[in-house]
Amino acid sequence: MEERANGIEVHGLVREYKKGPRAVDGIDITVAPGEIYGFLGPNGAGKSTTVHVLTTLLPPTAGTARVGGYDVVKEGPKVRSMIGVALQEAALDPLLTGRDHLRLQATLQGVRKHRRKVQADELLIRVGLADAADRKVSGYSGGMKRRLDLALALVHMPRILFLDEPTTGLDPQSRTALWEEVARLRREEGVTVFLTTQYLEEADVLADRVGIIDQGKIVAEGTPAELKAEIGRPSVHAIPRDEQDREKIAAFLAPFGERLDTTRDVAVRLRDGLGLTDIVRAVDANGVDIADLELRAPSLDDVFLAKTGRTLEGAAEETEAR
Amino acid sequence: MSSSWPQVGAIARRSIVRTARQPASVIPPLVFPVALMTVNAAGLQASTELPGFPTDSFLAFALAVPFIQGALFSTMNAGTDLARDVQTGFINRLALTALRDWALLVGQLSGIVVLGVVQAVFYLAVGIASGVDFESGPAGIALLLFYAAVVSLSFGALGAWLALRLGSGESIQAMFPVLFVFLFISSMNTPRDLIDVEWFQTAATLNPVSYMIEAVRSLIIEGWNGQALALGFGFTIVIGVISIMLASSALRTRMTRT
Repeated sequence: MEERANGIEVHGLVREYKKGPRAVDGIDITVAPGEIYGFLGPNGAGKSTTVHVLTTLLPPTAGTARVGGYDVVKEGPKVRSMIGVALQEAALDPLLTGRDHLRLQATLQGVRKHRRKVQADELLIRVGLADAADRKVSGYSGGMKRRLDLALALVHMPRILFLDEPTTGLDPQSRTALWEEVARLRREEGVTVFLTTQYLEEADVLADRVGIIDQGKIVAEGTPAELKAEIGRPSVHAIPRDEQDREKIAAFLAPFGERLDTTRDVAVRLRDGLGLTDIVRAVDANGVDIADLELRAPSLDDVFLAKTGRTLEGAAEETEAR
Repeated sequence: MSSSWPQVGAIARRSIVRTARQPASVIPPLVFPVALMTVNAAGLQASTELPGFPTDSFLAFALAVPFIQGALFSTMNAGTDLARDVQTGFINRLALTALRDWALLVGQLSGIVVLGVVQAVFYLAVGIASGVDFESGPAGIALLLFYAAVVSLSFGALGAWLALRLGSGESIQAMFPVLFVFLFISSMNTPRDLIDVEWFQTAATLNPVSYMIEAVRSLIIEGWNGQALALGFGFTIVIGVISIMLASSALRTRMTRT
């Protein structure tokens, strides 16, 4: 029972906005207790709307969702007592200090009075903000705000953590530090993590399983390895020395596999049984002038491309254009 | 319900701390009403020679105005802060905690009331330092401070309603001049029965702000005037009750959660 209580179960979840599109269109998700579930998709795919429904901020239009064993519609307060949430915008009060925020949050979450200060101090140390604890948040960097946001989500020791694009806009160092803390929470405290991201690397590094969402629907789900194995074959990317040779190189590579839609280079997904050596031999024999040639293992972007016909980057641009 | 009181205290504390850390929210509500009163007292002292004017000190007559004007100022600031919480998504952070809707509203209003009383103490100190006698004595001063709390609560609820309804700090700021008009079309500078312009007298008579000012004024220059106090408290309470109901409804809409 305890095991089940930390999971997330979503069936046929739909969320429509008035006069708007169906932001979430009948998705099914099961997140096991203690699992890090990466919810990957471009901007506007429905990730944040899903998080808002699962965290009780938005009622679903249809379908059911249970978080920590509680129904998000009928048992909102119980769901909220189980979860910690860091939304996409780290909504912090610029006039309060980091410590003020933690004390406020601890009080509002019902943390016992004698535990509030201890809990705040522990979390400030854990997220590396002890030295900045008494500075107003208006003076914090983006990375510091994100770390404080994470500490606030953890103040009542939730069993399930929702992180909505937690590393967007962070520098690589802050991003890595946040990944380490999320991994530690799962490893040492058994916290279930539902993490939305538009970064392939983040999903690949952190998530036990990944759900890929596009236009409100889940188009693929599995472990990163399983998803990449579905694509199976690697791709070869050639950068022409002279940009005018682009089509010539494309024609030359065509017999080796189907062409991929890329802008920076000319790429093909290799047919079964072919490898980089076959291409190098052919390049040598034909005298094609190539500046760089690279063999790439399938990535989650390849999975997205295979499932939707678009790259993640391209899908984001389309959404922005709409 | 008892477990919600620490939440009320935490929200009230935040409201006070925020205001205290913004000099632009602290200084104008203290300085401007006193400055306006000083200018008026200097320029309009001759009004006291009008037959039927209730006191020979215009300063004593005008001292009632800062109590209402200051409450209006701080209320707008508090409304703006709440609207910013809506704009920035901070209200979602609150919605995701165990905070109850009523506790947010009560906490927010408690903070405003505390600040309102602090302001009132300042105006009172300025008045006493300027030599104004309080005809109602120490009990009247205590009632005046209590009334300042009630006015802050009422105006605070009005500001909260506007903030939650409009959801934008800029919109609240834009409402400020509209509310200020109520102050100027009142008996702030002249007793209603001495206003010579008919439409102005009618407007001042219909304006609840006149009765708020007159309630405070009665304690300062008259002593104990039951009718003035009843009208002042009555209008303030009615405005407060209506505003709290509207703010509660707006909060339920704004702080959506299942």
